[in-house]
Amino acid sequence: MKKKSKVVSYNKWGYIFLIPFVVVYLVFQMIPLVSTIYNSFFENYRSGLTQVGPNFVGLQNYLTIITNGDLPTYTVNTLIMWVMGFVPQIILSLLLGAWFTDPSLRLKAQGFFKTVIYMPNLIMASAFSMLFFTLFANTGPINSLLLQLGVIKEAYQFMSHVWSVRSLVAFMNCVMWFGNTTILLMAGMMGIDPSLFEAAQVDGATATQIFYKITLPLLKPILIFVMITSLIGGLQMFDVPQILTNGTGDPMRSSMTLIMYLNKHLFSKNYGLGGALSVFMFIITGILSLIVFKFTASPEKK
Amino acid sequence: MSASTTAVMANTSLMAGQKENGASIRVRRIIAYIVLGLVTFLCLFWFYVLFINATRSHQELSGGFTAIPSTHLIENWTNLKNGTLPIFNGIFNSLLIAVVTAVFSTYFSTMTAYAIHAYDFKFKKFMFTFILMVMMIPAQVTALGFLQLIGKMGLDDSFIPLTIPAIAAPSVFFYMKQYMDSTLPLSLIEAARIDGSGEFRTFNSIVVPLMKPAIAVQAIFTFVSSWNNYFTPALVLHTDTKKTLPILIAQLRAADWLKFDMGKVYVMIAFSIFPVIVVYLLLSRYIVGGVTLGGVKG
Amino acid sequence: MKRKLLGVLLSTTMVAGVIAGCGGNNAAPATEAPAEEASTEDAAEAPAETTEEATEDAAESTEEATAEVAADEGKVLNIYAWNEEFKSRLTDHYKGYEEVDATHGKIGDVDVVWNITPSENNAYQNNLDETLLKQDSAAADEKIDLFLVEADYALKYVDTDYTMPMADLGITDADLADQYSYTQAIVTDSNGKLKGSSWQACSAGLIYNRDAAKEVLGTDDPDEVQAAVADWDKYVETAKAAEEKGYTMCSVNDTYRTYSNNVSGKWVQDGKLVIDDNLMNWINDSKELVDAKAENTYDLWGDDWAKGKTPDGKIFCYFGPAWFFNFCLDADQDGTIANNGGWGYCVGPQSYYWGGTWICAATGTDNASLVKDIILTMTTDKDVLKEIAQADADCVNSKTVLAELAADDSGNLALLGGQNPYKQLAEGAEKVDLSNLSAYDQGCNESFQNAAKNYFEGNATLDEALDMFKKAVVEKYPEVTAD
Repeated sequence: MKKKSKVVSYNKWGYIFLIPFVVVYLVFQMIPLVSTIYNSFFENYRSGLTQVGPNFVGLQNYLTIITNGDLPTYTVNTLIMWVMGFVPQIILSLLLGAWFTDPSLRLKAQGFFKTVIYMPNLIMASAFSMLFFTLFANTGPINSLLLQLGVIKEAYQFMSHVWSVRSLVAFMNCVMWFGNTTILLMAGMMGIDPSLFEAAQVDGATATQIFYKITLPLLKPILIFVMITSLIGGLQMFDVPQILTNGTGDPMRSSMTLIMYLNKHLFSKNYGLGGALSVFMFIITGILSLIVFKFTASPEKK
Repeated sequence: MSASTTAVMANTSLMAGQKENGASIRVRRIIAYIVLGLVTFLCLFWFYVLFINATRSHQELSGGFTAIPSTHLIENWTNLKNGTLPIFNGIFNSLLIAVVTAVFSTYFSTMTAYAIHAYDFKFKKFMFTFILMVMMIPAQVTALGFLQLIGKMGLDDSFIPLTIPAIAAPSVFFYMKQYMDSTLPLSLIEAARIDGSGEFRTFNSIVVPLMKPAIAVQAIFTFVSSWNNYFTPALVLHTDTKKTLPILIAQLRAADWLKFDMGKVYVMIAFSIFPVIVVYLLLSRYIVGGVTLGGVKG
Repeated sequence: MKRKLLGVLLSTTMVAGVIAGCGGNNAAPATEAPAEEASTEDAAEAPAETTEEATEDAAESTEEATAEVAADEGKVLNIYAWNEEFKSRLTDHYKGYEEVDATHGKIGDVDVVWNITPSENNAYQNNLDETLLKQDSAAADEKIDLFLVEADYALKYVDTDYTMPMADLGITDADLADQYSYTQAIVTDSNGKLKGSSWQACSAGLIYNRDAAKEVLGTDDPDEVQAAVADWDKYVETAKAAEEKGYTMCSVNDTYRTYSNNVSGKWVQDGKLVIDDNLMNWINDSKELVDAKAENTYDLWGDDWAKGKTPDGKIFCYFGPAWFFNFCLDADQDGTIANNGGWGYCVGPQSYYWGGTWICAATGTDNASLVKDIILTMTTDKDVLKEIAQADADCVNSKTVLAELAADDSGNLALLGGQNPYKQLAEGAEKVDLSNLSAYDQGCNESFQNAAKNYFEGNATLDEALDMFKKAVVEKYPEVTAD
């Protein structure tokens, strides 16, 4: 009896610790969110200084988005650029993580390397892209280097070809965020008891075996975190392509992401269409996250 | 994702080879150094270019990229300092907002994660799923409703809407939760209870210190993103002396043609990156040094 | 990773502004207008005293101030702007303005409060929108008194009741008779009421590379070069001739404004989007020249485009007004064409304007007579305008002053090889006709150039590009129908 009541009184603390999050969430995120969904059922935008609506239109906004056929295109664009940036990023991060935690490798200056990898994230995306414009200009250093090496005969217009724009977006995202991913993974790896590595080494395990048998399984919660958050981050990709293409998503919107598209509707403060689009994005993200969750979580469950 | 994992497998096994011996370790080490060297270049190159550009005059900058520094650094800086923008206020505001944001979001997210991790209660599962769902909501559209709300609450032109909402940061929470799953055994908490420690004290004196690496990591991330945030502050802050550095940079770039000076812009960018680097280097020892290595025995 | 993401998303800034390089805001044409960003619902207000204080103050001051217009007792003059240009003009040239600090000043016993919001991400307009919409209910000292607009979106504000007619301030047509009519067309609403005034008249023309002209045309005389580019057919011919000599004429984006200023109808007619013939001419001429490698597709202010400032850039010409050649050709930099006095100026195929700031009075201002005096002094007083022209190299909005400058050798510019451009500038300003400007210009022109670029670069057929344009316009203006 006594014991049971004690458990209950502990668990009450669960609620208490949740209070700050819940209160702040309700005020600063729930209210705006509800108004977003509510707005998606209305015609509600501004033309210049003239407000149109809100007029209730039911599911009209949803129909408009489904019928104009843009949504799949921009979803695919977004996923393509995300995969192009994420795959090299996670490979590099795992590789670096494995090296840093591999005792047999005894890398020198690890502290320096670990510190340096996150540095690109310290630069504002807008400042970063200023540099990209300069470097990849027709008359810029990259082009003149390629010309001198004889790789190309005349300047390559990086911003005018579908795959070069997508590659630049992916590259920039990768450079900006791989340090972030590596740090997350390393923090996870540091949580692993080093005696496990030592024991494995004593038992004669190879680096590969250690990585697969010890590091990866113990890293799994963090890996799932990295996967999910970067998928969500990827689906919400905005700043880099927006800035690099000056908001156009050119050539022919082949680098326009979902949020850039959403952003187009915010020019006219179109809460109706914008709200409906957000609901769609929420659904797409939810489905994809669920897939990743299921995919990563189930096979190892014993 | 599966593609990436396979690629990693292929990659590592390639490097690792079948048998570990001295020679193969040497080869792997060399490869590692080469890759790390390239990575380092990719990471530091941008800072070099920014620095170069900060030393060049407006006219030189409009002539395109060069790899050699020029002589206008001091001149650009003096122009910036003597301009009308309150850059020192800006640095103070940015610092204040970013520090408070980082503290709020890491401390309270740890608390939230702890609530879900350590206790059993009715809505636990629901809360966890719910917070994960929250993470999936695109930030853009709620930002609009958010600003409407701020207007109604009379919090315009104040730091509150830029700091308090950080308490509810789903992704920081998610990270803390995942980290606890792999490193915070419940037995430890039980032990503390047996020792008679109150729940709140257990959290502050046992859980938080154990979470240090995770907290340091997320503190850096939140600090940096808050520091570089332009969008919300630009909409919320209107008084010049309350503005943060990114807004001031934007203002500098929006100068009329008589005053427009790219050299000043680059010096300002360099100037505003500097404090983040310092903060990052201070916090990074937690990441790099591995202070808590082996702190918890699995 | 919502937190990180939010940061990233929100930290997104302003590359458009960056590219807009030299011109900054005033200079940035619709082409480079910052990408439309998520909008705001912010209730910006300049710091101001509370209502109580205001009324007390007002009561005290009524004795000394004799009011011409009803609402004239205000103690605070709120000015909304996107940069410091007007502030420095006022500080330098308006007698009685004393600077207190960066965002505050004093004129007599009235406090001047500057509310400066950069136009990045449309922040200036968003801020102004929200404040104007609340103007009715705002406390007297928090009401906007003056705000500044650019031509590209002037009508958005002018064609509403939020902007006060000049006549209601007591400013008469006679007061403004010396201004160029195009500067008034931009701020005249659909009922024909004039609602703003500018001190600048930024007529623009063709700035040619004298060496290139000698090589291609055998002369660098402004009149003869003008003859070679007098209309678009001749221009295209000259461009092709320039290409044969190894020169690129300029960017398609340089010529756009010239075409778009000379359209025969508005963008939106009866709720429908209409693509003007002259803009189709721009597309066709440009495509022809791009295919012939006689023009390029560089974005204005980018590194590639800026290369033309040096002889190595092999550019035949730029298009621009006085501020452009005065401030954007890097005359004080060694090795530029401007540094060697290697540019010449002529009117070009069609007259157009680029840039300029207009002052508007907000309805509900409580400082009407002060607002009137500022507008009159800054935009019509010939002594002040001449001072501005000489001190700040603005091309001012006064026929008399420009005529004086044209007649005077002091207008000769070294970077133009000693040419005095005021004659051509004045001539151009007379010819600019902006009767077909509309509130849709900013959004439509930007989308049109973006879409056309895909066609020029071979990424789309003409129809695909035009469809893309229509789609973009409907996204921006949901009330407009396309095709």
